[in-house]
Amino acid sequence: MIEVRNVWKKYGDQVVLERLNLTIAEGEFCSMVGASGCGKSTFLRLLLGQEQATRGEILLDGKPLPSEPDEHRGVVFQRYSVFEHLSVVRNVLLGLELRQAKFTGRLFGACRRVARDEAVAMLERVGLGAALDKYPQQLSGGMQQRLAIAQALVMKPRVLLLDEPFGALDPGIRRDMHELLLGLWRESNLTIFMVTHDLKEGFTLGSRVLVFDKVRVDPQAPGAYGARITYNIPLDHSRDSASSIHMAQAAVEGAARADVIPA
Amino acid sequence: MLLLLPFIVLVAIYFTGSSLRLKVNPDDKLLPSATQMSDAIKQVAFTEDKRTGEYLLWDDTVSSLRRLGIGLVVSAAIALVAGIATGAIPLVGATLSPFITVLSMIPPLAVLPILFIVFGLDELSKVVLIVIGITPMIIRDLQSRTREIPAELWVKAQTLGATSWTLILRVILPQLLPRLLVAMRLSLCSAWLFLIAAEAIASTDGLGYRIFLVRRYLAMDVILPYVMWITLLAWLMDEALRRLTQWIFPWYGGGAR
Repeated sequence: MIEVRNVWKKYGDQVVLERLNLTIAEGEFCSMVGASGCGKSTFLRLLLGQEQATRGEILLDGKPLPSEPDEHRGVVFQRYSVFEHLSVVRNVLLGLELRQAKFTGRLFGACRRVARDEAVAMLERVGLGAALDKYPQQLSGGMQQRLAIAQALVMKPRVLLLDEPFGALDPGIRRDMHELLLGLWRESNLTIFMVTHDLKEGFTLGSRVLVFDKVRVDPQAPGAYGARITYNIPLDHSRDSASSIHMAQAAVEGAARADVIPA
Repeated sequence: MLLLLPFIVLVAIYFTGSSLRLKVNPDDKLLPSATQMSDAIKQVAFTEDKRTGEYLLWDDTVSSLRRLGIGLVVSAAIALVAGIATGAIPLVGATLSPFITVLSMIPPLAVLPILFIVFGLDELSKVVLIVIGITPMIIRDLQSRTREIPAELWVKAQTLGATSWTLILRVILPQLLPRLLVAMRLSLCSAWLFLIAAEAIASTDGLGYRIFLVRRYLAMDVILPYVMWITLLAWLMDEALRRLTQWIFPWYGGGAR
């Protein structure tokens, strides 16, 4: 479904990503891990359409990705994902309104009631049914991220992009969020890309782990070579092949640690 | 109670000084006593003017507040449009923001003669002075507030299907409205300054006009109550804007206090 063909990303002379080749089937949950500054978030922005690849192309169903973010790709950031001036239910309603009312950006009457019911149903699925009229400021960090997920999913996107969505949450809340996300993923036919710093999170969630790493480093010119996807590990949670996952995890952790030491 | 203390101290110092001076010279005009001031207030506020049959204080207040109100509303409207356009649309911002920055450096009082020449001596030139005086500052404030809106929110809105127009209408505009009210509160002080300056120079009514008129007779017993009245009005407007911000935009935390 998503095909990445020989994608490069450069900022001036600095190569961030080089020679990315990847094919992801519909319904995959890809965790992207790697040391900081090695292009995971850049790759996510390429998928989102917020930035363009310097070379190569990304295809969605055989067609190039639209060059601007659009409603087929939902996104949840670590922070600033919800609109603070709208109540919880209106945050979710906003997407439905913007899609249907291109000029006023608002729905009225029966249309609005239908959309509102849809928004409320979505909020109940993520466990925010009791906080409909609160403002985001009154919610905890975990609830805000639930809201951001509901807001993205109510648009029924093909692809959901998550940029360290749980990075700022407590471990306990993070575990609840993992269960919620996995539940939503299994119910729908979503393709998810998630950037995370937490290797364990990367390996417990998801059906595939992509490891970003700089293979070549030139000490004289640190920007001359970019990161690549060094491991592309399919995870099979259903067979519960815990041992192979552990081995893969150990290999990746070793690689990540080696990378932390500056060359 | 503590917040009243400085006021009480100030009043006490004034009346001590006043009674000391009046003891030496009962005709002293500089620090009038409370009775003199209340007589003057009675004269301007509750007695019909012999010549025009009007109550001076209320008439002055109405005309001053009208000028101030029109000026503030016009400034706010211009600033909102210009602030959003320059902050949210890069092309407009690149073209106009240096220009607005330079415009905001023009001392408004220096162009007052031009305004009198162009717009005449009546209401329009006074309102225009207020608008010229405070609009550039509000525009610059709103422009930077627009740029402070995190990039994540713009992208998020796009993934929710927003066009540039609906993005401005549903996200940027509502997020800026409380900030506009805060900016208006901050520019109230300059707005009063320009109002009184314009009234002092060419006017036939208004609070500023009255103060500068009675100055010729050293009528401190009128000037002091007028100054206090203006201060009270300014404070009430500030408070009203603050409460309005809290009431309409309960989600807005920053700067609403």
